[in-house]
Amino acid sequence: MADKLPKTPQLDELEKGKWPSFVKEIKMAAQRSPMSRDLLGLLEQSYEEKRGHWKHGGIVGVMGYGGGVIGRYTDLPEKYPDIAHFHTMRINQPAGWFYNSDALRKICDIWEKHGSGLTNMHGSTGDIILLGTTTEELEPTFSELQKIDFDLGGSGSDVRTPSCCVGMARCEWACYDTMAACYDFTRSFQDEMHRPAFPYKYKFKFSGCPNDCVASIARADMSIIGTWRDSIQVDKDAVAAYAKSGMDIQADVVDNCPAKCMEWDGKELDIDNSYCRRCMHCINAMPKALRPGKDRGATVLLGSKAPIVEGALLSSVLIPFYKMEPPYQELKDIVERIWDLWSEEGKARERVGEFIQRVGMGNFLEAIEIEPVAEMVAHPRENPYVFYEEYMEEDEGEEESAG
Amino acid sequence: MVEATQERRTDYGPPHYEQFLPPVVKKNYGKWKYHEVIKPGVMVHVSETGDKIFTVRAGSARLLSIDKIRMYCDIADKYCGGHLRFTSRHNVEFLTDQEKNIDLLIKDLKAIGHPVGGIGNSISAIVHTQGWVHCHSAATDASGVVKAVMDDLIEYFENMKLPGKLRIALACCLNMCGAVHCSDIAILGIHRRPPKIDHERLPKMCEIPSVSASCPTAAIRPTTVDGKQSVEVIEERCMFCGNCFTVCPAMPLMNPLNDGISLWVGGKVSNARCEPMFSKLAVPYLPNNPPRWPETVAAIRNLVEVWAKNARKYERMGEWIERIGWPKFFKMTGIPFQKEHIDDFKHAGLTYKTSTHLTF
Repeated sequence: MADKLPKTPQLDELEKGKWPSFVKEIKMAAQRSPMSRDLLGLLEQSYEEKRGHWKHGGIVGVMGYGGGVIGRYTDLPEKYPDIAHFHTMRINQPAGWFYNSDALRKICDIWEKHGSGLTNMHGSTGDIILLGTTTEELEPTFSELQKIDFDLGGSGSDVRTPSCCVGMARCEWACYDTMAACYDFTRSFQDEMHRPAFPYKYKFKFSGCPNDCVASIARADMSIIGTWRDSIQVDKDAVAAYAKSGMDIQADVVDNCPAKCMEWDGKELDIDNSYCRRCMHCINAMPKALRPGKDRGATVLLGSKAPIVEGALLSSVLIPFYKMEPPYQELKDIVERIWDLWSEEGKARERVGEFIQRVGMGNFLEAIEIEPVAEMVAHPRENPYVFYEEYMEEDEGEEESAG
Repeated sequence: MVEATQERRTDYGPPHYEQFLPPVVKKNYGKWKYHEVIKPGVMVHVSETGDKIFTVRAGSARLLSIDKIRMYCDIADKYCGGHLRFTSRHNVEFLTDQEKNIDLLIKDLKAIGHPVGGIGNSISAIVHTQGWVHCHSAATDASGVVKAVMDDLIEYFENMKLPGKLRIALACCLNMCGAVHCSDIAILGIHRRPPKIDHERLPKMCEIPSVSASCPTAAIRPTTVDGKQSVEVIEERCMFCGNCFTVCPAMPLMNPLNDGISLWVGGKVSNARCEPMFSKLAVPYLPNNPPRWPETVAAIRNLVEVWAKNARKYERMGEWIERIGWPKFFKMTGIPFQKEHIDDFKHAGLTYKTSTHLTF
């Protein structure tokens, strides 16, 4: 088959250079897979014409599930018959993207038999992406995945595959067990993940500290970010060692503190923790000397999304501090209340963040039974257009609520 | 349709991660004390117990053949008891408790074409999307642009000479899958012409109210064409986002002559020092020029170098710009400021300059 690879002068150029080449990957797969060979031809044509050649996805999937497979067809099926169907299967990755060679080889064997031999490790949401197969191969592939314990991930208007940072497995800053929480939430919401029942998608991401290594604040409807409530742990000897090794503690650490709550007299580092914003800078700068406090949990934020339709949003604070302890019941109850409300009142293709903007955060909080707190806002409103809900009646002088 | 069999399993979720953890990780789970970056792409984590784990991080194309994954597996078997992991920026990591394995790992990874780096003050891998490899709504390719940009910036992946971290992300259309709206430098595929409506197919394929509702600027109205229900696009209100095409296949807007790339700067997600920030428009349009996208590569190198030369220690792109002000940013980078840079979407007024705090 190798001698039958299509001529690809444009793509060949991308085999040069030091960064790993995706063209080499497709050519490797094309040694055995007609699908990957046709993909090469199609991509070369795209490079010549400066346009894609994929049609809108059809609705394909596996029995019993409404999500997990992305249908894809080329608009040049006569010319590239082997990628007339080129569907993607999303496979739920293990938390933290840890694998052993045995599990990965089993996935490779299945994909060699049923698909193009191409993958993405990983999709942006976290899934293993099996890139390119036909409609009739979906069931047999899923059937073999069942035998090795790998289930499909999410797609469509459902809970998407949760993901998390490496957390306690290999990080001294993890304020809760991100991998355990990620696994637990994934298992708890299997039905919501596999059978789309929402107005639109809903993503969870779990970061162990405010460094937010899975970018949860920007890429998840619900962002669960580790934090602590007490004082930063300081190892005075280690601070002195940093100073001795030539670190300019005043310039590098103290002057960079956003709360200006630190002082360095050349010998001792003094932190006024009541003003500390837990930004992580001093801890990042001196990992041997400073560590998060011992009373640990997470800040839960809600609503981030990309621009479509009303503009991009970052998640905003919903619960300033939550003790992340299994089975996370209180948080799951809140999640269920959010889903009930949003499923009932949300418009088609309206993300939770946009829904909150439309109905107003105050009304939203009332409906999900959460008290408003000052931690939820960057600042109070600047306009006077307030919906007052309490008023006095002329005769009675009694307070009534119109709420 | 294949009949579901008796032994069919569903709703079992992913395998439990514990079975994939290296023994030293399992033993020291939640007990790590501190870490140090030993050299580019290599770090050590030290536990309360005194145990150590060494991490070697290698760049990857994200689009991987099963052959390459098997090569990774061979390396993991050879040095790491069969264990490996991937990062949230799609790099691959090999974890070992044997310090002597570090250089052997680096040698074997380089032998199969994978540079080691991406830790500390470096440019790590570019989070990116499907592009012309698999997506119907792409305005540019993903893998090709990423390859071209990383080939050019490889020195910054393989060493740690930058003032702070620099994250680059790419999305091939403004669905912005990934981290484009919150990266130090973001590459975004854009269209510049409105959709072409296929009035013949539209009523059969599309739900007209959903098409109207999909438009951020309300440029789409229901109408009747040749006695059939369809939609019209008010061209002066269309800003080519392509969301109508996402919900309606009869409204394609691909246009090889006009599609291209915009560049955005100054976003971040971490809370270190300043709060997370969105990326802002730096370069409104660059042409699609496969296979090497030279204009895009050159513009990004310019952004990296001007920032690297002028930013203070730890200062991310967005923090540097906040400090010096946008007029200086445009002056220093030589990017012409144009009408397109000024926001005109909802709440645009919040982005105007409402003070005399200016540099001249």
